[in-house]
Amino acid sequence: MKILSWLTVAVVVLWAVVPGLFTGYDPLAGVPAEKLRPPSPEHLFGTDAVGRDLFARVVHGSVHSLSGAFVAVAVGLLAGTLLGLLAGSAGGLLDDAVMRVADVLLSVPGLLLALTVIILLGPGTVHVAIAVGIGSVAAFARLSRSEVVRVRRSDYVEAAFGSGGRFPAVLWRHVLPNSLGPVIALAALQFGVAILAISTLGFLGYGAEPPTPEWGLLISEGRNYLATSWWLTTLPGVVVVAVVLAASRISRSIGRDGT
Amino acid sequence: MTRYVLRRVGQAALVLWAAFTAGYVLLWLLPGDSILIKFQNPELGLSPQQISEIRAYYGGGDPPLVGYLHTLLGFLRGGFGYSIDTGTPVVERLAEALPETAKLATAGFALAVLIAVVIAFAAGYSRTSWLRGALLAVPSLFISVPAFWLGILLIQVFSFRLGLVPVIGGSPAQQLILPVLTLAVPISAPIAQVLARGIDQVYTQPFVPVVAAKGASRRWILWRHVARNAVLPALTVAGMTFGELIAGSVVTETVFGRNGVGRLTEQAVNAQDTPVMLAVVVLASTVFVLVNLAVDLLFPVLDPRLKAAA
Amino acid sequence: MSLLEVRDLAVSYDARRAVEGISLTVEPGEMVAVVGESGSGKTTTAHAIIGLLPPNATLDGGQILLGGTDLATWSDRRMESIRGAQIGLIPQDPSNSLNPVKTVGAQIGEVLRIHKRGDRRTISRRVVDLLTRVGLPDPETRARQYPHELSGGMRQRVLIAIAIALEPRLIIADEPTSALDVTVQRRILDLIDDLRAEFGTAVLLVTHDLGIAANRSDRLVVMKDGRIEEQGPSSQVLSAPQAAYTGQLLRDAPALSVREFRAVDEAVDETVTQEPAIVVRDLVKEFRVGRRPFRAVDGVSFDVRPGTTHALVGESGSGKTTTARMVVRFAEPTSGTVTIAGAGTGRDFRRHVQLVYQNPYGSLDPRQSVAAIVAEPLRNFRLGDRAARRTRVRDLMERVALPESLLERGPRELSGGQRQRVAIARALAVDPAVVVLDEAVSALDVTVQAQILDLLEELQRDLGLTYLFISHDLAVVRQISHTVSVMNKGRIVEFGTTQRVFTDPRHDYTRELLAAIPEPVL
Repeated sequence: MKILSWLTVAVVVLWAVVPGLFTGYDPLAGVPAEKLRPPSPEHLFGTDAVGRDLFARVVHGSVHSLSGAFVAVAVGLLAGTLLGLLAGSAGGLLDDAVMRVADVLLSVPGLLLALTVIILLGPGTVHVAIAVGIGSVAAFARLSRSEVVRVRRSDYVEAAFGSGGRFPAVLWRHVLPNSLGPVIALAALQFGVAILAISTLGFLGYGAEPPTPEWGLLISEGRNYLATSWWLTTLPGVVVVAVVLAASRISRSIGRDGT
Repeated sequence: MTRYVLRRVGQAALVLWAAFTAGYVLLWLLPGDSILIKFQNPELGLSPQQISEIRAYYGGGDPPLVGYLHTLLGFLRGGFGYSIDTGTPVVERLAEALPETAKLATAGFALAVLIAVVIAFAAGYSRTSWLRGALLAVPSLFISVPAFWLGILLIQVFSFRLGLVPVIGGSPAQQLILPVLTLAVPISAPIAQVLARGIDQVYTQPFVPVVAAKGASRRWILWRHVARNAVLPALTVAGMTFGELIAGSVVTETVFGRNGVGRLTEQAVNAQDTPVMLAVVVLASTVFVLVNLAVDLLFPVLDPRLKAAA
Repeated sequence: MSLLEVRDLAVSYDARRAVEGISLTVEPGEMVAVVGESGSGKTTTAHAIIGLLPPNATLDGGQILLGGTDLATWSDRRMESIRGAQIGLIPQDPSNSLNPVKTVGAQIGEVLRIHKRGDRRTISRRVVDLLTRVGLPDPETRARQYPHELSGGMRQRVLIAIAIALEPRLIIADEPTSALDVTVQRRILDLIDDLRAEFGTAVLLVTHDLGIAANRSDRLVVMKDGRIEEQGPSSQVLSAPQAAYTGQLLRDAPALSVREFRAVDEAVDETVTQEPAIVVRDLVKEFRVGRRPFRAVDGVSFDVRPGTTHALVGESGSGKTTTARMVVRFAEPTSGTVTIAGAGTGRDFRRHVQLVYQNPYGSLDPRQSVAAIVAEPLRNFRLGDRAARRTRVRDLMERVALPESLLERGPRELSGGQRQRVAIARALAVDPAVVVLDEAVSALDVTVQAQILDLLEELQRDLGLTYLFISHDLAVVRQISHTVSVMNKGRIVEFGTTQRVFTDPRHDYTRELLAAIPEPVL
């Protein structure tokens, strides 16, 4: 299961880096004569309304989802962990303040928060990624804070102070390595969540512009042919599910090994 | 106890106020008068008197702080301002949209809880490990499915292939089936996961073998001891998912072409209709905060240990 | 016919044999004690008898004859009629053995409801009777309370009430008192003895504590590594042990062996007048619980002479650990002073005073290797270069008798005794003068405990260390310390040399504590 998950992620990353290895078709230019063909050995995922190879579009589209998810996780991880570390190690008033901010962020559902950010920044791939990232700041902040607090209370951290350790050394040697595991697991999980959120925003039309083969947009475009061409919506969706599922499996295996 | 209740209520009010303020600051980062200019768009067909009313509401030309206080006061009185898109009061648009979404969300939440309980308890009760493994894999699959895609898939299978649910027309109940399912599936996943994990954890507690040593059957142990303890963490998560119901309605209502708060939100984003968006955000935040407040207050009733702590 | 006869029992966990060749009998009304250290298979044996093995365990063979019928062949469903009615269980840990969200009365009444003994009214009357019988005052109120509202001793009484509710013929008591304070421990064991006499119930007592087993049982079964080493009438096993392992257990059990008291003069050169290594004066620590301040430590004073061991002994909540934490400056006193001769201020203090924790696993960073753990104080104080530190770590490992092959291992891969040795090595790395040991041997099996105590004594002799030894275990304290302070409710009720306090206790509380230690038998 674990190997399968890593394999899935590896394949999709390769799609993003060297799409040419997997498909010879052009994702943007179609052959009108071959429109709306069902899946076949020639066209693995079939073709769309203007005769473009759907598999080629999915492969070339992976770079948008992956880089978006990467940016989103980076935003959430950096901002959230920093806030959480600060709150957990400083304690007191600062801790309270940061955690109340996290409460507020958590009280607004992720999608609404992302939409609010999009109103502000306008649509576009990068904006969507940042918007999704901001939605995960609170989760990272909460988790990293609770981990820091848990580790700080442990006997071995006190023992480290007891053997003459200074605060930065103890933080670096004991608190960070021991609280990082669950945070990395959350990052893996959020990677999948971000792919979901980005495709959702793409579907709603706030992401990439139409000819771009972004996954959510692909599914949205396929909606007009629901009755006749099932593959246009179903197959890109299966790819999204596979990647998200793989990310959550990986997250869980990291979580298990980390503790 | 009263101190505990008061503190929780105070915290909830604080979070709400902060959510409103953050939303206000974010959405009004666009210079104030630019919103007012939009209202003068002749397409909206507003009379000069209406425009001056709106101008008064948004405190056109006032310093930002006064404008903020003005809007806050408006929200407290239940007035959410005017939609930039249509020029109508936001309250009217919300009131129009809310019943549909409430119906959808209530049914969706109920179904989600039902799915979660069935999965978690079936897994907790089953003794065959492959069945257990399969049941426990279901939530992680559910959580990985994009809701919009699930909705499309359901339409494809049940409406187009099997013809069980009509695409257009059909009774209101029929129209509700697929959207409710679409909404419920992703929300059931975290509840099922926490409930299943809770059941597993309670089974490792030392008091379980003590009950077994009294001669209790597996069913007796599961229903009378394990369930009660495992429900507590699941309740917290169920409360957290309430916000997702409103977010989920954005997707569900778009896919199924239903009119509701979700659709309203989508329109607001497209039209950069900040007053409507702020109202939706505050509404979602209010529902979330109130539900979680209720959960917090319910906790000491369900777990006597917390009564002492509270 | 015996009440219970186990023949050639074998149990595996995940296909690995845990116990094998277990044969024992329990006669009606008899108390049989199964004694062994952790991992000896004693609990597995007990759980196999009542049919409550965890799911990953399998019964590989043997018979469990209760009054002649073989329970080993019975289905789980069928066992339900036996459990509670014919075999009762008193579990190990009273704090978690009751369902936290149900009242005490409901949990006692449950065993009656499961076996359908009477209606609601008769059951609630019987619950009150049972609570009275196990010695809980005001039983009507207790029945309506939740487990967290009761003390550990009271909870164990409730669990006993559950076990005796249907007057079973056999009660399995799995370490019934190891989580309780010594004085409470004695009262609970007395209660079990009384009930045994009253109902003629046989008891299979599972314990790691040879002292308890020796004092209370008719017959002894000694287990090690999943096998029975020796069994027979208790007096016979104790006076003339056949197996070498039984002999070692008897020697190592602190309660049972009478050693010489450690005298102060032997450790201290009387010709030189030395200032005390530790001086504690009027130490007070208050915590806020709600609005009321609570005095955990209330005016504690004592001196410790250099090169000697001073023990702070008391039950849970006596304030002994809080005192220790103030001595090592992990807690600020509310008032009063701690003076440690020759200790620097700030970080330098840590070169002079070291703390060893109760739980060696918790005090070692799970992500570090043994080498990194032991070298950490050297790195902190920048003592020597890398090579010098490596040599020093090797020396320290030798000092605490650990093989060098463990250097690259993590704490997870070590045994409990090895972990505590690592913790001691770390404490010694910077050559401290004072070492505070907070329940440092309490979590260890007796044979390991004896080895660590020997090591501590040896280190003290060689390095001239001063120990402050915190413990709830009087038998251990008797063995290691020169002087003793007995603490109760935040105060020192008695102070003196170990010999004087143990042979001529002056305070009632000390007498009560001493009475709770099982009598020495050797």
